Amino acid sequence: MIKKSALNPENAIFRETVPAGEYFLKVVKAGETVQILDLEGNQAADTLFYNAHNPTERYSAVDTIREQGNVYLTAGSKLMSSENNVMLEITADTCGRHDTLGGACSAESNTTRYALEKKCMHACRDSWLVAVTEHEELGMTKRDITHNINFFMNVPVTAEGGLTFEDGISDAGKYVELKAEMDVLVMISNCPQLNNPCNAYNPTPIEVLVWS
Amino acid sequence: MAMLETATPLYDDLIPGGSHWSFIVRRGHVLRLIDETGGASVGMLMYNPENPLERYNMPDTLKNQHTFLLTQGHVLFSDMGRVFASIIRDDLGWHDTVSGTCNADMVEQRWGKKTYQEAHNHHHRNGFSSFLNELAKYGLGKKDLTANLNWFSKVKTDDGGNMAYVSDHSYAGATVDLRFEMDTIVVLHTCPHPLDTAPEYPSHPLRYQLFKAAPVTDADPCKNSSPEATRAFANTALYHMMQS
Ligand SMILES: [Zn+2]
Repeated sequence: MIKKSALNPENAIFRETVPAGEYFLKVVKAGETVQILDLEGNQAADTLFYNAHNPTERYSAVDTIREQGNVYLTAGSKLMSSENNVMLEITADTCGRHDTLGGACSAESNTTRYALEKKCMHACRDSWLVAVTEHEELGMTKRDITHNINFFMNVPVTAEGGLTFEDGISDAGKYVELKAEMDVLVMISNCPQLNNPCNAYNPTPIEVLVWS
Repeated sequence: MAMLETATPLYDDLIPGGSHWSFIVRRGHVLRLIDETGGASVGMLMYNPENPLERYNMPDTLKNQHTFLLTQGHVLFSDMGRVFASIIRDDLGWHDTVSGTCNADMVEQRWGKKTYQEAHNHHHRNGFSSFLNELAKYGLGKKDLTANLNWFSKVKTDDGGNMAYVSDHSYAGATVDLRFEMDTIVVLHTCPHPLDTAPEYPSHPLRYQLFKAAPVTDADPCKNSSPEATRAFANTALYHMMQS
C-alpha cells in the first residue's frame, strides 16, 4: 500500500547517509519516527531491530508475518518481537512491498547462491558482525544476528509455493517510514551485494532520517 | 528404500502430542518422522553440536532453492552454507517453515489454560516454551531461537501474499525421511501449529525412527537438486575433511 509521509525532512532531528557496505546503528526512542530513504534506487537495506534495553528481545520475521497474516511488509504492518510485542509500525511507504523471508547475504550464503569462490566478498552479515564487535557495550554477538527485513527488496511468493527474486519495485527517492512503539536499537547493513541482478550489480547509498 | 542401509529401524519411539524432546542425530543416519494418527504438526530446530552458533537458516533454505514450501529433494541449510539434512522422502508435498511457533498467550486464548496441577501430563504446552525447555539442555536460550520448521503443516499464500493454513493436510502414516549430512542437535515439539484453529487443543503424537543411511553418491537426487544444493554439499564435505 502506497502511503506518503506527512513529515518534512527539514524538521528531522537526525540525518545520516549510509554508503553501501556500511552498517548503521542507532537507538530510536518510543514515539520517534525513522525513515529509510533509497537514494538511488533498488538498494537493499537489511535491517534488524532490538529492544534497546534488552537485545534478547528482537524483531521476529516469522511472528510478524504470521500475526499480520501476510508475507509482505508495507504501510500498516506491525513489526513483532520474539516476545510477541509490537516494536514498530510502518506508517508510510512509497515502495509498496518489502521482503522479510529472504534473509541477509553472508559470506557463506554467497558461496551457495553464486559460486564457491565468492566466499571472501563483503556481505551483510559481515557488516552486522563488525557492528556488534565494535560496540561491545551492547553485549551482542553472532548469536544475536537473526532473520531481518530487506527494505526495498521484492521477493514474490506464488500460490504454488514458489519464491523468486524479482527486480526491485523501488526507485530513487522511495522510502519507508516506521514509528517506534518501544525504544529500539536499529541495526542496518546497507547491502554490499555485487552478485545480484536485482540491484544491477551496483550497491548504492541510503539515508536514514529521524523525527521526534 | 535405496537410500536406507538398514531396513528395520535402529530405534523407534513415540513423542506424545503437546510435548517436546531433543537428541543428537549423527551424520549418516536417517530420521524418519511419522504422523501416527493424522493431523500432526511437529516444530523442529537444528544446531551443530560442535558449534551451536551454526543453526538452521530458514531464509537461506528458501532462497537457495527458490521455494516457499519444503518437500522431497530439498535440503535444509545451516547459516554457514552447509547442509544439516536432506529430505529424501516426503509423502505430503508441502511442509511449512515460515509461520514460527505457538506461544503461551496464543494457546490460552485459543484453547484455554490447562495447568499441570489440574491436567497433569495433558496440560497445555506451547511451542515457544517447549523449544526453550529443550534448548536449555544444551546451554542454549532465547537468543538461539530462530525460525523453525513445521513438519506436516501447510501454509499457502495468494497473489497478495495473504497466508492461509490448510487444515487436514496430513494423514495417519504420512512419513518424512531426513538424511543427516552433519551431526545435528534436533529439537522437536508436538505442540499445535500457530495457525491451527481446531476447536480442541490439537494433540497428535509423533513416531520417530532412526535408520542407517546408504552412502551419498554423486548421483544423489538431493545433492543434485540445484546448483545451490550441490555447492552446499561441497561446503559440508570440506567441513568434514577438516574434522577428520
Ligand atoms: Zn546483503
